[in-house]
Amino acid sequence: MNALSLRNLRKIYNNGFEALKGIDLDVEAGDFFALLGPNGAGKSTAIGIISSLVNESSGSVSIFGHDLRRERAKAKSCIGLVPQEVNFNQFDTVKSILLNQAGYYGLSRKLALQRTEYCLKQMDLWDKRDTVSRRLSGGMKRRVMIARALVHAPKLLILDEPTAGVDIEIRRSMWQMMQEVNQQGTTIILTTHYLEEAESLCRNIAIINHGKIVENSDMASLLARLHVEHFVLDLARPIAAAPVLEGCQIERVTDKTLSVAVPKEHSLNKLFSQLTAQNIEVTSLKNKTNRLEQLFMDLIDSNPIGSKATGNK
Amino acid sequence: MNYSIAFRTIVTKEIFRFIRIWPQTLLPPAITTALYFLIFGKLIGDRIGTISGASYMDYIVPGIILMSVISHSYANVVSSFYSTKFQRNIEELLVAPIPNWVILGGYVSGGIIRGLLVGIVVTLISLLFTDITVNNIAIALSIAVLTATVFSLAGFINAILAESFDDISIIPNFVLTPLSYLGGVFYSVNMLPSIWQNISMGNPILYMINAFRYGLIGVTDVDIQMTFIITGGFIITLTLFSLYLLHKGIGIKN
Repeated sequence: MNALSLRNLRKIYNNGFEALKGIDLDVEAGDFFALLGPNGAGKSTAIGIISSLVNESSGSVSIFGHDLRRERAKAKSCIGLVPQEVNFNQFDTVKSILLNQAGYYGLSRKLALQRTEYCLKQMDLWDKRDTVSRRLSGGMKRRVMIARALVHAPKLLILDEPTAGVDIEIRRSMWQMMQEVNQQGTTIILTTHYLEEAESLCRNIAIINHGKIVENSDMASLLARLHVEHFVLDLARPIAAAPVLEGCQIERVTDKTLSVAVPKEHSLNKLFSQLTAQNIEVTSLKNKTNRLEQLFMDLIDSNPIGSKATGNK
Repeated sequence: MNYSIAFRTIVTKEIFRFIRIWPQTLLPPAITTALYFLIFGKLIGDRIGTISGASYMDYIVPGIILMSVISHSYANVVSSFYSTKFQRNIEELLVAPIPNWVILGGYVSGGIIRGLLVGIVVTLISLLFTDITVNNIAIALSIAVLTATVFSLAGFINAILAESFDDISIIPNFVLTPLSYLGGVFYSVNMLPSIWQNISMGNPILYMINAFRYGLIGVTDVDIQMTFIITGGFIITLTLFSLYLLHKGIGIKN
């Protein structure tokens, strides 16, 4: 079953700007799905329509089989939204934010209290339950929004740039939380500008640009399309010039650092053999750029305004 | 889907909100009206004599109570809902499976409750200055509730259409306050020249204040039945308009 189905979804704002140009998208139940795109591509508009914050111009949205227009309450009950910016009442305590949210979804007081305790403990916020929310740190506020979105146990969790502006430690802990939530059966749709985040968390991906879906695939297939991977090698000893290696492009960055472009058919074993033969000892290796980032840029660059959308899922 | 829980959640949240800030919401009307009663009712009123058989103090008490109900029911909804928009907490309600009528009902109920609570506070203050024998409790209560409903709805519409904090103070300052003062709080409309009497009859607040005055002390310048028709008409019109705005997402959705 699809957690989400969009059909020919269009949005034209009052100023005439066409933010969505008839997109089709399916997200399977249980998936961890990335919706990516540059700023102004239309992903926030799409999420706004799915979560009823923006009125669509035409097209349809179905959430777990419930049409958002015809079965509004049932469709909305399935969704939990974590928005980009803090949007809870900053004068409320953490606990009351979750209890109010539970009330909006019709949870009884007893169940609301149970779910509030569960979600706050899951997000490591139980000790802060009586704290007025404006006194929380930025990372804690983000976690409050995730806990709030989960309090009514939604089947579909939409995370709109949940880790924007948080430090790497909090980001990692939030990734772990998101993975746990997904493993418990909740479908997750994630938008993010951190492509490393999408690559490590998501199984399927759609890229939106200029209001069109320009890519819709599973992450593994997408990454498999990379023909060349770029690595940075740290060397044990300094070298005077870049070595010449058959089949690879190589560049000397510093006397102890090399940048290597390795074609997909060229194994790393062969690369290391070639380097060993030239008496070059490698102490460490890392990806020069994030692989998804490279594909993302390729797709965005190859789909300028007015080009035809593609989708291969 | 149990909408009664969502409704109760909104109403409870609203009540806690204005009780939490009671020095801004409940204390000022107590002080302001005490000064009204002291200065206009006692010091000046003793020299004015009676109007329609009632002492001046007794005459102005109903108007001041209802004026407080009007301003506070309006202020509660307009400030609360606009803040909800401004802080974007409105998104919590829009994303949740709550019908528009429950959102409207919740906020308007919050406004009615605050309006009536302030009305009770002002009534208690008035008892320090005069003894009132209630003429018709049913009319007094129903007019108070209906009036609070009208102005809570009006406050809701103002909040939806407002784009800045300035926009939520324009109507109270430049419409509600003048209409309330010109609505016969401190005088009988019969004391005006006939042309101003006719103009005053176009002021809906005049009907509400006089009907409430009839309920409390049995004195009125207007037809009570007409007051129920006017307030009922306003409630239906404003409710439908509010629901239309919510349905279209005007002022609250992108």
